[in-house]
Amino acid sequence: MHELGIVFYIIRDVKQAAGENGVSHVDAVVMDIGEVSTIVPEYLTDCWRWAADKEELLRGCELKINTIPAVTHCDDCGGEYETVRYGKTCPCCGGEHTWLLRGNEIEIKEIQVNN
Amino acid sequence: MDEVKVIEIKKSVFAANDQDADALRKELKNKGVYLLNLMSSPGSGKTTTLIRTINLLKDRLRVAVMEADIDSDVDARRIQAATGIPSIQLHTGGMCHLDAEMTRQGLDNLPLEDFDLVVLENVGNLVCPAEFDTGAVRNAMILSVPEGDDKPLKYPLMFSVCNVVVVNKTDVMPYFDFDLDRCREHVRMRNPRARVIPICAKTGEGVDAFADWLLEEVKTWKQH
Repeated sequence: MHELGIVFYIIRDVKQAAGENGVSHVDAVVMDIGEVSTIVPEYLTDCWRWAADKEELLRGCELKINTIPAVTHCDDCGGEYETVRYGKTCPCCGGEHTWLLRGNEIEIKEIQVNN
Repeated sequence: MDEVKVIEIKKSVFAANDQDADALRKELKNKGVYLLNLMSSPGSGKTTTLIRTINLLKDRLRVAVMEADIDSDVDARRIQAATGIPSIQLHTGGMCHLDAEMTRQGLDNLPLEDFDLVVLENVGNLVCPAEFDTGAVRNAMILSVPEGDDKPLKYPLMFSVCNVVVVNKTDVMPYFDFDLDRCREHVRMRNPRARVIPICAKTGEGVDAFADWLLEEVKTWKQH
């Protein structure tokens, strides 16, 4: 359900970018998806197929996903560590004053078109 | 062979919604209307809490409620019957959250000049509503005791976007392994600025603290 809503947003932005660039068909949309963004990539591509094929501009258009690894910063020791492996607690010093540096992205990186 | 052309976009999918939300907030500010986005899991007692709160506020503020659910209008009818204030029902048509555009469409059904406070009761869900700015002035969420004091650890984004966490159903605390201090600490870890207000919507205990917070918020919003 959540992924479908996101897909509608992607379509809205891609249509706008295509219009601004005078593009009549988009071959691929490349997404940057963070590891802890709450997006399930398989659901996103399934929803994409269903919704994109209803649009002339996006028929057959592939959704490519780049996964951005999640990294957390620790304010207590200044270190960085893998979020998915260690969660909120710093594995180096045991500190809990930590915050997500990256891995939360749901971004459209680029669109690929055939000239 | 055809040449592939790449058009760089580099844009968060939430950017368009964030813009819509900011525009809506500005419009509400001009009209002197305070919009509260209330979120929670299904069954946390949102509607009961709202009824209690509105009954404390309705003589001092002009209040309306927008109920968002996937289907049915039981909540809107219940609020209207128990408080007498206007209440409208939005259907998200299967979607798990409201965005700024849907919120605006809902608000278009209310004569906004007639209200000081509009409460948006978002879809019962701790994941998606946290990602979509509705255009509300503040976000509040209700965490009920049976859900556990570790919920902020499991749904960090929800707790990090909330200004207030209302802990509901405190009357059943002895029956659950729920520690209020531990809960406060877990909320603080996700969001040091969030205020925690323990209440029991069934008996009314503590609801006045939430109502007072809301009253102050609305006053401040309308002043500037």
